[in-house]
Amino acid sequence: MAAPSFRLLKVDLATGAITRQELPHEWRADYIGLRGLGTRLLSELRAFEADPFGPENPLLFITGPLTGTNAPTGGRYGVMTRGPLTGTIACSNAGGHFGPALRFAGYDALLFTGASEKPVYLFIDDDRVELRDATDLWGESFWTVEERLKERHGHDVRIAGIGRAGENRVRYAAVMNDRDRAAGRTGVGAVMGAKKLKAVVVRGTGAVELARPEEFATLAADLNQRIMDMSGMRGLAHDGTQAMMRVTCSFGALPTENARHTSFAGCENISAEAMQRPPAPGRKPNLVGRKACFACPIGCGRIAQIQPDHFTLKYGDQYRGPNGGLEYEAAYALGAMVGVGDLDACTFAFQVCNEEGMDPISFGVTLAAAMELFDLGALTEADTGRPLRFGDAGALAEMALATARREGFGDVLAEGALRLCTRHGHPALAMQVKGQEFPGYDPRAMQGMGLAYATSPRGACHLRASPYRSDFSTGDPKAKPKVVKQTQDSKAAIDSLGVCSFITPQVDLQTLAELAAHATGIHYSQAHLLRAGERIFNLERLFNLRAGFTGADDTLPDRVLTEPADAGVHKGEVCHLDEMLPAYYRLREWTESGEPTPALLSRLGLSDLVQGLSP
Amino acid sequence: MEMALVIDPDKCTACRQCELACSFRHTGAFNPARSRIVVFDFHTKGRFVPYTCTQCDQAWCQQVCPVGAITNENGVKVVHEDICVGCKVCTIACPFGTVNYDPASGKVIKCDLCGGDPACAEACPTEAIVYTDIAVQGFEKMRQWAERVDTAPQANA
Repeated sequence: MAAPSFRLLKVDLATGAITRQELPHEWRADYIGLRGLGTRLLSELRAFEADPFGPENPLLFITGPLTGTNAPTGGRYGVMTRGPLTGTIACSNAGGHFGPALRFAGYDALLFTGASEKPVYLFIDDDRVELRDATDLWGESFWTVEERLKERHGHDVRIAGIGRAGENRVRYAAVMNDRDRAAGRTGVGAVMGAKKLKAVVVRGTGAVELARPEEFATLAADLNQRIMDMSGMRGLAHDGTQAMMRVTCSFGALPTENARHTSFAGCENISAEAMQRPPAPGRKPNLVGRKACFACPIGCGRIAQIQPDHFTLKYGDQYRGPNGGLEYEAAYALGAMVGVGDLDACTFAFQVCNEEGMDPISFGVTLAAAMELFDLGALTEADTGRPLRFGDAGALAEMALATARREGFGDVLAEGALRLCTRHGHPALAMQVKGQEFPGYDPRAMQGMGLAYATSPRGACHLRASPYRSDFSTGDPKAKPKVVKQTQDSKAAIDSLGVCSFITPQVDLQTLAELAAHATGIHYSQAHLLRAGERIFNLERLFNLRAGFTGADDTLPDRVLTEPADAGVHKGEVCHLDEMLPAYYRLREWTESGEPTPALLSRLGLSDLVQGLSP
Repeated sequence: MEMALVIDPDKCTACRQCELACSFRHTGAFNPARSRIVVFDFHTKGRFVPYTCTQCDQAWCQQVCPVGAITNENGVKVVHEDICVGCKVCTIACPFGTVNYDPASGKVIKCDLCGGDPACAEACPTEAIVYTDIAVQGFEKMRQWAERVDTAPQANA
């Protein structure tokens, strides 16, 4: 079979015009798909110049060549735009079933430009594509909207959309699908809200085209079997990502109470074990089941239930039933970071984040910053409307609801930690990089993660590099630039394929290259993927440089650079970013001010593009 | 010994590898809309249910087919596409909704147990779908029920 083309559906929300376009085949070879191809598209569209909330900011939903296939975890799609939280390139990907549905309908990507005057949603029924009025859905949560649209269009549609957080332009609003799957970070949901686009509904009844289907299916089935047989994967299935909590807590890498501490005394109350244990005789455990994303043999997704007499259930019956349960990042941000050791309260706040489409990491870290400001007296009850103390589960619950709705002090929390702390005179108390809040790994205990946060193209992020193994075995800063650079490149490639981060290192890059080659007919190899990954990472860098960022922005909050860790294996340590960053720049072939050299751009085949991007 | 697909929804995670495997086996492409097994996703209840033909002994679909396109092959009810005229009467007769019209071919499709080597069971990562001796099925369910030591309902009462 001939190599499948890349099919883009373009929707101009200002005029309602809907057009189709095929993208050059060589883009598939050079940028693979999803994160890579999306960065290329956004660069051509000069998104780096756009006001994130302006109609000129393009919004892309994009799949990879493995999305919608039986490749293990082959169900990812990404939402990309210029992000309102950071001003950097925003790219957040999600599992569930929405991405595959797009491909079954015959599209590899959707590009939204302009903004609608009235709320709308896009309905895609294979070849039939219509913008529909969403006035009756505006003001509703994502959960309500998803159920209503399924009633209207049938149980076999898949929906990506926003809740009230996205409508209200909460700067870290998520795009949600399948109830609790999220393109969670970087505020992509707020851009959807600014465009008055409430949801995308897709029914896809076609097949995903593959260049060599038989070879593909056989290899993918073999990989699924291999993954199922791995003990590490069984651990991830059993405990979810929460398996990490006991590791970071004992290692002293769990940022706690706005990173004043690196280990949380209440961690055993919100851990994987706590979720599985009946809290009292005759009680059922928090965890009631698990849920997989499309084509995923692991199934790390949790299904959890709040205890029937917990105070948070007064906020609505929708929180009573089984819903998406805590994963590690949510438990860190809504638990340790705000000092709350109440499993049900953390579960509740997480459910509000899913219901309203809001990043639990950024929300939790922003609330933690507010709690420290309150502690210092920089915020008072006159500002916040209620006491905000570390450990207050009631404050966590109320503020989650208020932030999604931008009610009261929630309107301030909705701006993110950096804007909050700047406004109240303590910008250094925001645990963030380039405006995006920390995930649950403390840079003082994990030097490589510190470097990864500082150099990630989307602000503080635990998914743009993979220094975990190195960080848990050595604290030597000299070991970090290489591992961070290499894993940044490999992850850029993996993210562009349409599979989940958890597929590696279980499946090596060469095998993934073979799969991608069977899918596309392109002669991918491990070397080819790594080179594409390096190209993608550098193009993201160029995007951010054009957006006004410089090497000076590759930094970390003073706290992790000057205040030593107070617990764990690396007690007494700070993050040695100043030692790592120059070595990392050299390894990257970047100048001392953090810009890719012309020789590097030429080697990566980016020179022509760069000239086109010049002002 | 008669073999059957035994489905345990409690083990299903809704990954839909069964749908992918089934559609690939039958159509040569990944296309869940043409799968003979479907995972119903009751996500507001946290429940996922794979659903396919149970191969009724006295099969409604077979008995109503006006052209004799559905035959009994050692217990498996098989649609002969060369005979099927796409009248859909079997889809009305089936009490379970597991015979479906396939617009792509103009014929009806249903589970044929892949001729004795069902792709869905092979692909299922959680053993929610297993292909096993039908006589064992009832015993296995009873055994699992008896082994449950969940006393929560009594304690709550």
